[in-house]
Amino acid sequence: MKKAFPILGLLTAALLSYALYQALVVAPTEQTMGDVQRIFYYHVPSAWTAFLLFFINFLASIQYLVRRDPKTDTIANWVVIALGVLVCIAPYAFRTLLPAGVYPSSIVTTGIAFVGLYFLIKRLFSEQQTDMLALTTAEVGVVFCTVVLVTGPLWARPVWGIWWTWDVRLTSTLVLWLIYVSYLVLRRFSSSGQTPVLAAALAVFGALDVPLVYFSIWFFRTQHPQPVVGGGGSIDPRMLRVLLINWVAFLCFAFLVCWSRYRLERTKREVEETQALEALLEPRSALR
Amino acid sequence: MSAPTGITWATLTKDVQLEWRSKDAINSMLFFALLVVVVFSFSFDPEAEESRQIAGGLVWVAFLFAAVVALNQTWARELRNQVLDAYRVSPAPANSLFVAKALGNFIFVSVLETLMTPLFIVFYKLRVLGPAWQLIPVAILGTWAIVVNGTFFAAMSLRTRSREIMLPLLLFPITIPALLSMVEATTTILVGDPSTSAKFWIVLLATYDVVFTTGCLALFGTVLHAE
Repeated sequence: MKKAFPILGLLTAALLSYALYQALVVAPTEQTMGDVQRIFYYHVPSAWTAFLLFFINFLASIQYLVRRDPKTDTIANWVVIALGVLVCIAPYAFRTLLPAGVYPSSIVTTGIAFVGLYFLIKRLFSEQQTDMLALTTAEVGVVFCTVVLVTGPLWARPVWGIWWTWDVRLTSTLVLWLIYVSYLVLRRFSSSGQTPVLAAALAVFGALDVPLVYFSIWFFRTQHPQPVVGGGGSIDPRMLRVLLINWVAFLCFAFLVCWSRYRLERTKREVEETQALEALLEPRSALR
Repeated sequence: MSAPTGITWATLTKDVQLEWRSKDAINSMLFFALLVVVVFSFSFDPEAEESRQIAGGLVWVAFLFAAVVALNQTWARELRNQVLDAYRVSPAPANSLFVAKALGNFIFVSVLETLMTPLFIVFYKLRVLGPAWQLIPVAILGTWAIVVNGTFFAAMSLRTRSREIMLPLLLFPITIPALLSMVEATTTILVGDPSTSAKFWIVLLATYDVVFTTGCLALFGTVLHAE
């Protein structure tokens, strides 16, 4: 395991440089927007990565809450499966209600990923580890989400002529960012013993809030370009290739950062435990 | 009366009685809301015709800010003499306590709204041009949306340092869809444009209430016993 980390680091660096070359040189220049459009290769992969990380945070938080009370385990399993099936059926059942430009297949993928990732996390992580995973993914997710919120206006200024607009995707992303920042603030301010439970509860609330935020803001006019992948927009296949390369590179990078943060958190907790243990043992040694 | 409703009723009457005698929460909320109204009146021209467009937002933001004042005091009372710890070790169901607290806050905020609304009408010269009866479901659902999450997050922020600041930090981001629905519904009703209807927003608000009431009831026990 010790060797895997630097190897992955080198691999990520190589992949990121290759992706940068692809995005800046190989990808064709967009007809109307020109070179500004190339920010797209950073904006979109960051957004996908951030959403994936928040998604993992949600699943890890449910898992943490379930582990605390073993009675709920079976119920939670069935609720997760039922939700997954519901998410897979819903886009076909309520096709007319679907926002324009969203394909049912992309929602079905989300449903399958939801169930799959839940059981994967359940197998791989213990109770303490799910909390560490939730913390790590929230922190790294906020960083990627910040990248999205910064690169978006940089692109919008030359293309739309404005830095910001209160459009559905922009506003939802901003609200998502706010929710997870408040999550990190809660973790920072609560006393250490209760942090995991409170944070997990807040993460579940935040995740429940996301669809409501999206639907409430969706009622406003949408200015953001239609999703070009899995949506109504169209994209040059060469551009799509570069985009996907960039996404893989970003995913590797996110994984690397998460991993090192996770190791740091684990070491920190080990040190805290050892210190607590030593503090307990000290008076006894003084008596001797 | 079955035991859980009995506990809810007992806690609720105790809280209302305490509030009736001390009037701590109501007085501070009222004064705070009044200050918000006055401060807002300096930030734009309250006499202008455009004020009608933002009046809905103004009303709800004032109520939300004022509600936070009351919500912060919800659990503070139970910390004295370790009442909350006693509750924790007792076999009483956690949700009865939560429902009592949420209902209590609902009553306090409703009283505030009833007292403040005439003031808003006078200060901002409000006239309802749309179907006025729709304001009642909006007010009830909106107040419940603020109060149910507020009570939950107040219980959460009880465990944090600087808890008075923590509550709005947790509550506001989560409340955004509810706040948006309340504001939009109220504005639609006040403006009374026949081409738009507040129904969508009322349904959304009701969905928000159902989702988060379920969430609060499912997780309150865990948060209360978090040690």
